Amino acid sequence: MARATKKTKNMDNETRAKLVKLAESVVKQVQKKENPIIQIPTRSLSNVHFDPKKKMIRMGDQKHSRMFFNTSMARKFMQTMLVASTVKGELLRSGKTTSIRDLYYMMKHTVEGTRENTFEEQDESDPIIEDLEVSVDSLREELHLFASNKGAMVGDMTIVDSGDTIDLRRMGSGGWSIPSIVEPNVVQFKKVNAKFILLVEKDAMWRRLNEDKFWQKHHCILLHGQGQPPRGVRRLLYRMVNELKLPLYVFVDNDPWGYYIYSVIKQGSINLAYESQRMAVPSARFVGLSSFDKDRFKLPSNVTIQLTPEDINRAKQLLSYDWFQKAAWKKEIRNMLRAGVKLELEALSKKDISFASDEFLPKKIKDKDWLD
Amino acid sequence: MATATQSRRSAESLAKKQREISVSEFFAKNRHLLGFDNPRKALLTTVKEAVDNSIDACEEAKILPDISVEIESVPEKEDRLIVTITDNGPGIVRNQIPKIFGKLLYGSKFHRLRMSRGQQGIGISAAGMYSLLTTGKPIHIISRINEKKKAHDFELQIDTTRNEPIVVRDEELEWDRPHGTRVRLEIVGRYQKGRLSVDEYLEQVAIANPHLKMSYKSPDGKGAEFPRAVEELPREPKEIKPHPHGVELGVMMKMLHETKSRTLGGFLQSDFSRVSSGVAQKICDMAGLRTNMRPSRAAVREVEKLHKAIAKVKIMNPPTDVLSPIGEMNLLKGMHKQVQAEFYSAVMRPPAVYRGNPFQVEVGIAYGVQGHGSDDSIRVLRFANRVPLLYQQGACAVSDSIVGTAWRNYGISQSRGSLPSGPIAIAVHLASVWVPFTSESKEAIAHYDVIIKEMKLAIQEAGRRVATFLRRRQRQTKQLQRRSIFERYIEEVAEACNELSGANQKRLMKQLQDMAVRVTKIEEQKARKEVSPDDFLKGTTSLVIPENAPQEEEE
Repeated sequence: MARATKKTKNMDNETRAKLVKLAESVVKQVQKKENPIIQIPTRSLSNVHFDPKKKMIRMGDQKHSRMFFNTSMARKFMQTMLVASTVKGELLRSGKTTSIRDLYYMMKHTVEGTRENTFEEQDESDPIIEDLEVSVDSLREELHLFASNKGAMVGDMTIVDSGDTIDLRRMGSGGWSIPSIVEPNVVQFKKVNAKFILLVEKDAMWRRLNEDKFWQKHHCILLHGQGQPPRGVRRLLYRMVNELKLPLYVFVDNDPWGYYIYSVIKQGSINLAYESQRMAVPSARFVGLSSFDKDRFKLPSNVTIQLTPEDINRAKQLLSYDWFQKAAWKKEIRNMLRAGVKLELEALSKKDISFASDEFLPKKIKDKDWLD
Repeated sequence: MATATQSRRSAESLAKKQREISVSEFFAKNRHLLGFDNPRKALLTTVKEAVDNSIDACEEAKILPDISVEIESVPEKEDRLIVTITDNGPGIVRNQIPKIFGKLLYGSKFHRLRMSRGQQGIGISAAGMYSLLTTGKPIHIISRINEKKKAHDFELQIDTTRNEPIVVRDEELEWDRPHGTRVRLEIVGRYQKGRLSVDEYLEQVAIANPHLKMSYKSPDGKGAEFPRAVEELPREPKEIKPHPHGVELGVMMKMLHETKSRTLGGFLQSDFSRVSSGVAQKICDMAGLRTNMRPSRAAVREVEKLHKAIAKVKIMNPPTDVLSPIGEMNLLKGMHKQVQAEFYSAVMRPPAVYRGNPFQVEVGIAYGVQGHGSDDSIRVLRFANRVPLLYQQGACAVSDSIVGTAWRNYGISQSRGSLPSGPIAIAVHLASVWVPFTSESKEAIAHYDVIIKEMKLAIQEAGRRVATFLRRRQRQTKQLQRRSIFERYIEEVAEACNELSGANQKRLMKQLQDMAVRVTKIEEQKARKEVSPDDFLKGTTSLVIPENAPQEEEE
């Protein structure tokens, strides 16, 4: 993926300068015999707020100090510096882009004189990359990093991906695999006949809708993000909604995790609040499953699953978030808690294998039966 | 059941069988009372009595003691041992030799109140009697009082009925020592290593007597050298008169009859300590007796009145500067010399008084004793007037004081009602003009409340010092752990900075390393080799042996 356009070169220079500055500040502190500190904007609930005007979650100014001479931080400090130096030394220098999994392997080695690795798991390196993104204010793609492809898309539209023209009507049963970086220099939208976008939580329901040619009948773009959608899928949704002016519907399980998937797409997430501006789609609509759908669509009672204590806690947490304060949402969540059960998308197939594509979704969209 | 054939015996016929029992005869039948219960203990008691006498004699003559102890087995005779103890003491004049070694209850120590190792005059003659009873061999003594005179060479036996020495040989001899005494006894005894052994006894003697030089040869051809750690003799203990509060009625009667004073007032003032004419007057007034009455005329009823009056009158405590404790520094040196450990401390209590007798308690403690498991009970070393006590640990006031101390407060594990466990050796010394033993074999100190209280106070202080040491070591370990975490990542961080901004990697590493040391600062420690007991942390009478210090080479 080496691309040496002038724009990316400028961007790389900027990123390089930010990383060098990080190291210089560490060296300077050491020379002053001060405990070296990296300031990292805090990525937690305490440092985000809901911006009601922009209708999205924004990150606050809180920072925490990651210091070297602190036993619980020394390792993370070392890891942060290692990510920075590997990005500069390996990726920016060669102009190549790599996956965060690759980077994990590039950085992983045994710390000299110990039996300890610089990173034991990828789970350890991923959050450090996010820390570096916020502390030097460079996005993942600016650090020449991407995540593995996740999610798939089909629909009434033609796109160009890395120079290859792709007709999303002819993607077979698997669809187009959505890359982690979908910036305009990688993905461009061409012929678009779709009238709306439908994001499905899970692969199984997506396959059913694809097989039923739902996107063809209803002229839409159909995609899924394999559960909580990754940044690539979210960024793509943002671009399609804003560039193609299409409405976005979200179709998820009726449980707290489904609600939260919708809320991340709509308002952004706590962890990646600094990306909200580039990813949040405040106009997104929730078409189901709602806790009222079981009665409304007369689903058999044996399709429900008991809420676990974890589900209940999570639902209560959602009720406390600023962005779940609309009356309709409170009603929705409380109704689920009252019933004490959750519903998966697959529950719809109990009535008829194509119930979702033939009746449920068309009726919901026609009746404007959604939550905002 | 009485039958008709048995006739009553008259008092006269019974009287024919009643006669005086000599002490020697008593001993012959009751030798366990003096520590000759079995061959193993008999060997220990023999060595102990001879060594105690030798050190006492040297100290009284102000000579730094230099003693050799030799135990040989007798060829082809099992359980037979020859014990030879030689000292560099003042020697004994010729006509005293038979009495000292051949007559029980003869000595200079019973009739006075003065801190000394032996106190009854039984010890060495009892060993001689034991030797005679078990092997039939006489006790052999060589003694020389100065260079101008030849040494005397004696062989003695004891007439057990009359408690009198029998001189078997009395000759003169050329001896290579200018002065000193050698005692040689053949006994039925058994040499064994381990707990309650002669080896252990001599090791403890060395701890409590750092001014002693001693060489030791055991029957297996091995042995030990105990070098001198202190070049000064202990302060000479002073003799004191009895304190009125410590004297019992019977003793008081005896003293009244034997005194040289002609008046009761004079008697009280001259035969007791701390009785002024005012105090004597007060006692007499309270007893309703005249100060000018003749002491020898006092009737039993009057003595009783006097004794009661004394108890009611407030009398100043006896002088306490008469004792000669080991001293904190010297106890520390003694412990350090004989016990390999990581931490040592010594505590001395001010003198106190029990039943009119001044006494003083000292405690030495060692933590991290080598070869001592952390689940084992701590090692207890008991001393009375510098003499190690090995037997009857459970019956001793020292054990009660240790068990009665709450060791858990000091981070040391202890089950209820038992000795604490851990790599600890604790030495408790009681110095007194009269050590209250529970029995004549002098194995355990009696349980006087005030003695136990003083012991506990000293043990508690020692325990606190161990706790402080343990806490500090824990802090140090923690700091070292912290430091190792920082040090682990220094190279990675420096390398990353070098890659990012071209910073000098080596310099950055050095700077970070210095900082790592600074933020985990711990007190600098001397290496073991450099520590001499004279360097003991000044004023604190504690010594810390640094971890990772080079071990002393085996000799």
